[in-house]
Amino acid sequence: MIVRIPGLLRSYTAGADAVEIADCATVADALVALDTRFPGLRFRIVDEQGAIRPHIKLFVDGDLARHLAAPAGGVRELMIVGALSGG
Amino acid sequence: MASPRKTAVAARRRTTLLIATRKGLWTLAADASRRTWKLSGPHFLGHIVHHAVADPRDGRTVLAAARTGHLGPTVFRSADRGRTWKEAAQPPAFKPGSGRTVDHTFWLAPGHPAEPGVWYAGTSPQGLFRSADGGATWTGVDGFNEHPQRKAWCGGDQDGTPDGAKLHSVLVDPRDPRHLYIGMSSGGVFESTDAGSDWKPVNRGVRALFLPQPDPEFGHDPHCVRMHPAEPDRLYQQNHCGIYRLDQPAERWVDIGGTMPKSVGAIGFPLVVHPRDPDTLWVFPMDGTDVWPRVSPGGKPAAYRSVNGGKTWQRQATGLPKAQAWWTVKRQAMTVDAAPTVGVYFGTTSGEVWGSRDEGRTWKCLARHLPHVYSVECS
Repeated sequence: MIVRIPGLLRSYTAGADAVEIADCATVADALVALDTRFPGLRFRIVDEQGAIRPHIKLFVDGDLARHLAAPAGGVRELMIVGALSGG
Repeated sequence: MASPRKTAVAARRRTTLLIATRKGLWTLAADASRRTWKLSGPHFLGHIVHHAVADPRDGRTVLAAARTGHLGPTVFRSADRGRTWKEAAQPPAFKPGSGRTVDHTFWLAPGHPAEPGVWYAGTSPQGLFRSADGGATWTGVDGFNEHPQRKAWCGGDQDGTPDGAKLHSVLVDPRDPRHLYIGMSSGGVFESTDAGSDWKPVNRGVRALFLPQPDPEFGHDPHCVRMHPAEPDRLYQQNHCGIYRLDQPAERWVDIGGTMPKSVGAIGFPLVVHPRDPDTLWVFPMDGTDVWPRVSPGGKPAAYRSVNGGKTWQRQATGLPKAQAWWTVKRQAMTVDAAPTVGVYFGTTSGEVWGSRDEGRTWKCLARHLPHVYSVECS
């Protein structure tokens, strides 16, 4: 699957705006795979209790994933978005 | 021509300030006379940097506690005085299943000189964390985070101060690495004599006007607590309800804010102590009347110094704006250097950094147009 990386996380991916990872059963598995390759990235977007942080949105083939258990098997794209957070 | 040794000594003595702001980290480096300052940065532009602290034990490690509006909290580490940075492999985080999440790491404190590489971190909501490897990995201090009384001491995670309840002022006794203090807003001051395995409240004599009891055991709101490095039995605190001194083994804090001018009051965030004289300290008052404006009283900012342990205070405002200056100095945003004539420095909520090379008698603006300053520490 392709993971779209927002600007705010590209310091972890050496500037890459998209990376390819192996297919995963769930969003949780995809983020573990991503963190193995880019250590530290997961904790910036998922808290220690496994909740997606308040201003982060994850889209699986365009559908909003509200929790990490969301299925990701066979999807083409996981998009990570920094939602509105201003000031 | 100066000898290489003299040049090296002068270079070591030069003051560099770490300026952590709501939008990144800057440094201000002084020449040997502390008259000329050079601003460098930013590092981590756009990150909310709550605290940046240099390690006095090795003279090269710097830690910075950061987050952004979107991204979770982390700690960055430099082993070369801030030239290059690496992220902590395991930042402070509560245990999975605890139901608690670190919103941000608020306070960083190097450990005891006999324990190189040990650091402590205080978080919002209140949590205490320890690193034994120079800030690369952090684990919770269970003796506090899992203490059966913790919730009673601190209240719920949604209670507390406007920007989130905080654990701050992690103090390590220079005589004993197992002797620790912490301050909590809200919660009060707590002491451990067993390296954090157990804790007891140390708040007697401190007012908590927002609580129904007249002299509660805990639940207070210390803003900043300092231990004097040369006389570690002496503690000072700037509290939400005044300024206090504790000389252990006495168990009651003594109110030393009552002699401040009535028009200024005894409310503020920061308090700093002279590096050698236990009787000399500085505070920077703010307006804590009616709706708590939290600005310089009357728009006229001033530091106040005491040279007798808080019996009397002198206003120190020469060089500061005389009117219409409505800023505040946050609790980590005031510090001192260790020069023979001590330098005193502070950063403002309006993005200015001010310094005095004569112990507060005269002030000069060292930098302006920075973001809201959260902390100023000497490196």
